[in-house]
Formats: sequence, C-alpha cells, structure tokens
Amino acid sequence: MTDFLGLYNYWIVIFLMMTGFYIVIARENLIKTIIGLNIFQTSVFLLYITMGKVTHGTAPILRESHGGEGHGSEHHGAESHSVEHGQELHAATEGHLDSGVEAVTEIYSNPIPSVLMLTAIVVGIATTALALALVVRIREEYGTIEEDEILEMDRNS
Amino acid sequence: MAAPLFILIGNRKLVLLLTQLVCWTVFGITVALLSRMQYGPISYELGGWPSPYGIVYNVDYLSAFVMLFVSGLGAIVITYAPKSIDKEVHHSKHTLFYASYLLCMTGLLGMCITGDLFNVFVFLEISSLSSYALISLGKTRRAPLAALHYLIIGTVGATFFLIGIGLLYQMTGTLNMADIASRIQAVDSSRTMLVAFAFMTVGLFIKMAVFPLHTWLPNAYTYAPSVVTCFIAATATKVSVYAFIRLIYVIFTPQFAFERLPLDQALMAFSLVGIFVASAAAIYQTNIKRLLAYSSVAQIGYMLLGISMSNVGGLTAGITHMFNHALIKGGLFMVVGCFALRIGSLKLEDLRGAGKTMPLTSFAWVLGGLGLIGVPMTAGFVSKWLLLTSALSLELWPVAVLMLLSSLLAVVYIWRVVEILYFSPASHLAQTAKEAPMAMLIPTYIVIGSTIVFGCWTVYSAGIAHAAAESLLGISQMGGVQ
Repeated sequence: MTDFLGLYNYWIVIFLMMTGFYIVIARENLIKTIIGLNIFQTSVFLLYITMGKVTHGTAPILRESHGGEGHGSEHHGAESHSVEHGQELHAATEGHLDSGVEAVTEIYSNPIPSVLMLTAIVVGIATTALALALVVRIREEYGTIEEDEILEMDRNS
Repeated sequence: MAAPLFILIGNRKLVLLLTQLVCWTVFGITVALLSRMQYGPISYELGGWPSPYGIVYNVDYLSAFVMLFVSGLGAIVITYAPKSIDKEVHHSKHTLFYASYLLCMTGLLGMCITGDLFNVFVFLEISSLSSYALISLGKTRRAPLAALHYLIIGTVGATFFLIGIGLLYQMTGTLNMADIASRIQAVDSSRTMLVAFAFMTVGLFIKMAVFPLHTWLPNAYTYAPSVVTCFIAATATKVSVYAFIRLIYVIFTPQFAFERLPLDQALMAFSLVGIFVASAAAIYQTNIKRLLAYSSVAQIGYMLLGISMSNVGGLTAGITHMFNHALIKGGLFMVVGCFALRIGSLKLEDLRGAGKTMPLTSFAWVLGGLGLIGVPMTAGFVSKWLLLTSALSLELWPVAVLMLLSSLLAVVYIWRVVEILYFSPASHLAQTAKEAPMAMLIPTYIVIGSTIVFGCWTVYSAGIAHAAAESLLGISQMGGVQ
C-alpha cells in the first residue's frame, strides 16, 4: 500500500497520459485534439521531473559556503511554507551542525531531467504553435474545424 | 545553420542560390567524412565536455553513409526545385520554404551524427516540425489537413520515443548511447527496460511508417508540393530506419532484442504483411503520387525484413536498400514533379498518352520503375538479391518466396502507369503538354542514372553497407562479451 501511495506521481502521469491519448484518438474537433496532445506531452514532462526528484533533495544550486547556521536559518524561513521536505532536511542539517560535524553533504535532485524537459517544453510549444497555425489555415479553407465535416466536404468535392 | 539568415534576407533569388550553395557544401563535407572512415570512426565532443557527460557527435560507417545520401539527395533535389516551386508554392512563401527545407535537412543529418539519445529526439522534432510546415505549403486545400494529421500522429510517435528515453535514463542514468550500451547488461532483465524498448520501437515505427502505423504517409506525400515529397520520401523515413538500427544494434543489443524478445519474428511478420497490403493498395490508386506513397510503405517493409534477419547479410541488405530506395524513390518523385509541372494534374487518367508528348520524362519513369521492381542491372536488384541470398542462407524459404511474389505486385503497379503513359489514347491535358525543362530533367536523370550505376557497380553502396553492418554487429558482440 505504501508503494502504491508513494508512487502517486507516476499514477498521475499515467492518468494524464491516458486522458491525453484518449482525447487525441476520440475527439473530432481539431482544437480539442491539440489540447489532448498537450496533455499527453505534459504527462511526459511530469514523468521526467518525478524521476529526477530525490527524496529530501533540494534544488541543485552550487552555494559558496556549505552550511553555516545563519545561512541555514535564513533559507529555512524562505522555504518553509513551500517545501515541507526541505524543512525536515534543514532541521536535520542543523542537528548535524550542533553535533560539530563541519562538512555537510547536501542531497539535491538530479538536474538533468529538468534541463531535458526545458528543451522538450520548447519543442512542445513549437508543435502547438504550428498545429494551431495549421488549424487556422484549415478554418480559412473549409470554414469548420470539425474533422468529420471536413472529411464529408472532401468526399463530396 | 543558414536557415534563420534566410528569413532576414527575404530576397528570393539570393536565398535560392545560398540554399544550393549550402546543400552542395554539406554534400562535399559528407563525402569527405565518408572517405575518412577507413581510418576509423570520428567523434567530436560538443563544447569540450568529455564523453559521458557532454554531448558527443559520432561518425562511423553507417552514419556517414546515411548522411551521404541524405545530403546528396538534398542537394540534387534543391537544384531541381526552382521551377517546380515557382508553380506550386506561393511566391511570398519561398524564403520560408527554403528556410524550412534547410532546417529539415539539419534535423535529419543531426539524427544521424549524434551520439546522445536525447539529442536524437531534439533533431527528430526539428526535422519533423519543418517537414510538417513544408507539407502544409501544398497548393490544394487538403494540404494543411494532411500536415495536421501528420503532426498529430508524428508528435504522438515522438512523445512515445521520449517516454522510452526517459525510462531508459531512469534505469541506466546516462544518455550517451555507448554508455547506455555498456551499462545495459546489468539491468536488461527488468520490466522497465521492456517497456522502454516497446515505447521507443512504437515511436520510431510511427516515424518510419511501418505498415499498421503508416496512415499519415499517403496523404502527407500526396498533398505536399512535389519537391517536398521528393526530399521527404527519399530521406525522412530512411533516417528513422537508421535510428531504429542504432536502437537495436548499438543501444539495446541484438541479444536483448532478438533472443529475449521475439522481435525478429514480429518484425518479419509486420514487414511481410506491410509489403503485401501496401503493394496491393498501390495497385488500386488513381493518383500517381499516392501510388508511390503506398509503394514507399511497402519498401520500408523490405528494409525491416533485412534488419530482422540480424546477421551481416541481412543487415547489409537492409542498409543497401535504404540507399537504393532513397535514390529510386527520389528519382521517381522527381519524375512525378515534372508531370505535375507540365500537365498540372497527377490523376492517372490525365496522364494518359504523356509518353508521346513528354518522352524523356516518361522514359525516366520506366527506368526508375524497373529499379523499384528489382530488374537486374538496377540498384533495386542488388538489394533484393542480397536480401534474398541472406534469407536463403537462414533457410527462410517462405520469406524468400513471398519476397518474389511481392516483387510481382510491384511489376503490376509500375506497369499500370507505363501502360497509361505509352499505350493509351492521349487525354487533352497530356496532348498539350510540353517536355519538362532541362533544369529539372538533368537532376532527374542524374538520380535515375545513378540507380543504374549502383546496380552494375556495387563496390561503393553494398561495400560500405557491408562494412557498416559488420561494425554494428562487431560492436554488439563486444558488448555481449563485457
């Protein structure tokens, strides 16, 4: 059961993926098809970002000094309302510092999937823009964006 | 490359000249690359980051070979293009046309050269997006719809590929192809790997237009401008086949693909069914472009058949067929472009009797058609012969027989057009038609003629393909030992 709930992100991914895919297959309206395509792509973004996330990891930003109590607490305040995991982590590191350990290895998320997704998002935007431009052209030519009506018109001509 | 520059320049003549210059330069570079191959593979680290971390560009026999014919056909088609473009694309869009043409070529070459899996996806999307744009430039009102269908199916395919890359990355923690191949042994029994492989295969199948997933192809090819059809038909699906070969033989090993999974039988079945269904569909088409489009689907089947045999002979045949078919189909679509220019229609009934008014163009069709069927002394014969001998060496008699039968289907649809061209009373459109201009006929004959050259003189095409196949299987065997 914990496995099931622990992997909830993946369930969301699968749900979104299937929703998008179903819309792409089933809808006759071209705009709705494109929206379905977008949902489908978004699910993949989520898949990548999920796999890059390490439990209790923070953002992979190179800081000049690792740790230091003032720095830590400052961060704590900034992040506390947004990232609960981060709160725990900082509590843990502060505990470490108290016990006199100087070098703190930070756990951070894998940045590569996020970077890859930036590229994929750009690709997705380009695709959507092109698709919408094509729909505009189709609308100009046929006067409708319902696929069955367009096919009907083609058959008659 | 030079594409964004063109939109800024905006002058049609200048852009055309520059495009041709760029294409021929790229062609020259790939020739040089291929001739360097005898000294071993080249790799180039982008931005100076060392191999498993940065993006690497790798050139070996296979990629150099594929790049050679992609850039070669790109250059010849663009030389052939101006007259046809003048007629079929609106003047205001010419600069954009050339820009997306070059982008498409960049994407295809990039897919061949890169050694990074995610980069393959990016280049795949670059070439796909620009080809959607190119297809939508067709003059009929159905062109945008065909392009949109292609876009939707193509994007689903690319996204599948992306999911596969993601899962693969999750299991191996790297995106470098060689690095994945060396780490894959440790994890190849998990179910994630199977899923990743399935996603990537299906994604590429869509891009390749393998039989059950080919539905986007006939419409896209039919309604695109002739020049675009020449280029995309000759190169785009081939590059996807190339990516698939990479996927099976370099990233996943043949041991994984063929021994743990019954992929070879599945591929063989798909390709045979595809060959027959698509050839039969081609026979019943009334539009000459659509006829050739279905024939392309069938020819992809032959390439997959070669890949599915997974020995040096079969792979050589598959790769040679990629090259030969690119030439033949490129040439045939160029012939069709000539007809489109002079007759203005691509319906078979309007082409009746064109053999009398356009003898040179029609003769080019006959030569190209013979190559497609696989008559001796043409390029098509070489690759089919290689395929047949390797099928026989594996004692796959039914496959060999079916291949011969399917060639007969090709005879039927090619002959149907020949008969219409030469032995039917002329339609009024064909009667008034003139011979196509020399600027288009000469490139057409260069391509068609080269199919005959490569049919008689196989040292280069089949020889390089053989070297490529050996190195691929060699790599995978080394991977197996480790």
